[in-house]
Amino acid sequence: MTHRPTTEAELSEIIASTETPLRITGGGTRPIGTTSATTGLSTSALSGVTLYEPGALTLVARAGTPLAEIETLLAGEGQRLAFEPMDHRPLLGSTGTPTLGGMVAANVSGPRRISAVGACRDALLGVRFVDGAGRIIANGGRVMKNVTGYDLVKLMAGSFGTLGVLTELSLKVLPAPETSVTLTARDLDDATAIAALSRALGAPWEVTGAAHLPGTGDTHIRLEGSAASMRYRAERLATHLADLGAFNANFDAEDTAALWAAIRDVRAFADTKGALWCLSVKPGDGPGLVASLPDTQALYDWGGGRIWLLDPSGTKGAAIRDAVARIGGHATRLRGADDLPAFPPANPVVARLEQGLKARFDPRGLLNPGLMD
Amino acid sequence: MEMPAPDSTILSRKPEIVARLRDLLPDDAVIWDEAETRAYECDALTAYRCPPLAVVLPASTEEVSAVLAACHDMGVPVVPRGSGTSLAGGALPTADCVILGVARMSAVLDTDYANRVIRVQTGRTNLSVTGAVEEHGFFYAPDPSSQLACAIAGNIAMNSGGAHCLKYGVTTNNLMGVTLVLMDGTVTELGGAHLDAGRLDLLGLICGSEGQLGVVTEAVLRILPSPEGARPVLIGFDSNEVAGACVSDIIRAGVLPVAIEFMDRPCIRATEAFAGAGYPDCEALLIIEVEGSEAEIDEQLARITEIAQTHNPVELREARDADQAARIWLGRKSAFGAMGQINDYMCLDGTIPVSALPQVLKRIGELSRDYGLGVGNVFHAGDGNMHPLILFDANKPGDLEKCEAMGADILRLCVEVGGCLTGEHGVGIEKRDLMDHQYRPDDLEAQMAVKDVFDPHWLLNPAKVFPLAASAPRREARA
Ligand SMILES: Cc1cc2nc3c(=O)[nH]c(=O)nc-3n(C[C@H](O)[C@H](O)[C@H](O)COP(=O)(O)OP(=O)(O)OC[C@H]3O[C@@H](n4cnc5c(N)ncnc54)[C@H](O)[C@@H]3O)c2cc1C
Repeated sequence: MTHRPTTEAELSEIIASTETPLRITGGGTRPIGTTSATTGLSTSALSGVTLYEPGALTLVARAGTPLAEIETLLAGEGQRLAFEPMDHRPLLGSTGTPTLGGMVAANVSGPRRISAVGACRDALLGVRFVDGAGRIIANGGRVMKNVTGYDLVKLMAGSFGTLGVLTELSLKVLPAPETSVTLTARDLDDATAIAALSRALGAPWEVTGAAHLPGTGDTHIRLEGSAASMRYRAERLATHLADLGAFNANFDAEDTAALWAAIRDVRAFADTKGALWCLSVKPGDGPGLVASLPDTQALYDWGGGRIWLLDPSGTKGAAIRDAVARIGGHATRLRGADDLPAFPPANPVVARLEQGLKARFDPRGLLNPGLMD
Repeated sequence: MEMPAPDSTILSRKPEIVARLRDLLPDDAVIWDEAETRAYECDALTAYRCPPLAVVLPASTEEVSAVLAACHDMGVPVVPRGSGTSLAGGALPTADCVILGVARMSAVLDTDYANRVIRVQTGRTNLSVTGAVEEHGFFYAPDPSSQLACAIAGNIAMNSGGAHCLKYGVTTNNLMGVTLVLMDGTVTELGGAHLDAGRLDLLGLICGSEGQLGVVTEAVLRILPSPEGARPVLIGFDSNEVAGACVSDIIRAGVLPVAIEFMDRPCIRATEAFAGAGYPDCEALLIIEVEGSEAEIDEQLARITEIAQTHNPVELREARDADQAARIWLGRKSAFGAMGQINDYMCLDGTIPVSALPQVLKRIGELSRDYGLGVGNVFHAGDGNMHPLILFDANKPGDLEKCEAMGADILRLCVEVGGCLTGEHGVGIEKRDLMDHQYRPDDLEAQMAVKDVFDPHWLLNPAKVFPLAASAPRREARA
């Protein structure tokens, strides 16, 4: 059975009056982690944009609003969600319609996260949610600068429905640039590629994508801006990196859009078997880490700081987690190796704090129980 | 502004408490003499003062941990302090508290240009973080006007912003990790040189928690490559409405400057008299700065001036060289000082939706007339973060109270039009009792529940952020 409340008040009542654990979903396209709850609660009927002010770069919408609807609306005004949320469906074989709430609950960000714009959580201005006791709670707001009280907005982003059910979100949106360009070098080894990406990201030309792909060994760098600026920056950057690799520019914005959508959605690993991991590490640590895990394949995004790691054998989970623990960072299991927890382990202090928060926000343990254990 | 009465048993145990602290720290790191504790009696909200019971100046995370564990054990409240530049009374002591200052912890621990991060102790000043990396072409983006003095510790606690956050974000968007010491002395790392949390975003929760959840001793900060160049343009208008509309049009057109600063006539006149920057005598002016190569700057400024022209500006002045750029910024940068020459002032910090700008400025003008107090407006217009400066005379009985009442009216107005009480300075004691204007009881309860988890006995900076009545049951449970 699945509850589909159509208003926040109804949602609050459902939670307040139930004793049955709930499996919270938006569109159900990001099945990361597992919960013991079997009764569903979907936000899909809490839908609709409540406010869009292009001149203030602000969007407010209900949690169940399809992401596609929002992206179309923004595109109509030449704006976008700058953090470039990925679509998990190709990678995880899920179906359904990605929603705004699911994106926020999983803090989903794509390649542009590496630029100054930051992650989904950085663009999130305000939340409304219903906690595990049925209380309706608001935090943050719709304005771009807000330090009034504690930042529960950040806490809710990436909490995967374990602390509350999101009902409404406000986000900062940004203008889409006039055009974009991709610089590509072929056949670089991992270490050289990451060195080139690091150098590019440390230069003043505002790189908005920095990835190194498995198989072909292609290394891609994206720039976005005006046409004149793109010609200038592409040339400067290629010169700046020349001793590390021959970077050639493709000025076709449609090619760039298609390429980075594929990187964003990790298409390279879409139809593969085995276990898939998403690692966050210090970029320079990436190549060594991957080299220490033979028979895995890596797609490096975020200048090497995010590694999508495919383990065809599905047996290296513990080794991956150990290796990441040694250098610092974290590893999330997206699929396969089902015997291991999806979320990285917490140190004892953090575990105690998290349990305390869970006990306060969801005292009866009804919301996605076990999901982040 | 009311503060809870100090705990008399703690006051009477002062010798025992000081002795215990002296056991833990070197001699010169514990201050208890009343002549010396007075130096810590206030922060930049100087209307409120109270010397603390004692001050400790630890030099390491270990010492911070030892002090907190001891205070926890003795049931003594602790108020963390960076440089004491808070405008919200965030670092204001109570008579029964120990001030824990991190000023002696100011080292750079690691700079890593390839990975674009720096690790510092949090007593380090904001500007000196950029100072440590600028030779290599990098900078630390959040740039509060107080950056020469304020510490990373306070920046994290207040989630401070600056003129350039329109493009680069505020502290929370540039903070990657911290070493956190909880009130019971437990030490943990949150985040690090990698991006984003793998589990709950506790780092995001710590940033902006006003020293109430733990003491931050070290921080990993994102550093960014410096732009090739930057240049401002000054545009004057004969009405606030038109200036506001121009801001909105620029943003809508897809140009995203690094800064859009706004000054109104009272503020322009005051700064002209003070700094003589050569500003036009007009109703409102914008200072807009863009970044890039020379050609890129020209291109962006051309777009901006083209949009501005459609609003019939009374003045449009592009900087031709570094000297002219400095002159354009001169007035803006001396605005607070200039207002201070006229009288005492209180600096507010509410945020409003940009679209509400004309309406809010008009209403502030009306309030100014009703209260009989002058107001100058200077603020970050791109993100709607207003800084009305209310002028008053501290020596005139009743003037401060009048000024506070007017400030509260303005902040309530900010909330009513869809904004918030504070955009970057924090709640502290200043806006504490207005919190229930922005948040309902359940909203505040959820925030206080977070404090219950991190600091169950409410010993860290306890009388701030939440309306005293709302936090009373928790604070009193401690005794
Ligand atoms: C002239 C002037 C201009 C200003 N301009 C700006 C501006 O442009 N933008 C802006 O955002 N702010 C501005 N401010 C406000 C102020 O500078 C900031 O809030 C700053 O971040 C405070 O830093 P601090 O080190 O002085 O902190 P303090 O004043 O010492 O403390 C501030 C808060 O941080 C807590 N704290 C201190 N150290 C720690 C620690 N180690 N761990 C946990 N909590 C701690 C304190 O308890 C307190 O609540 C300005 C202030 C002045 C006086």
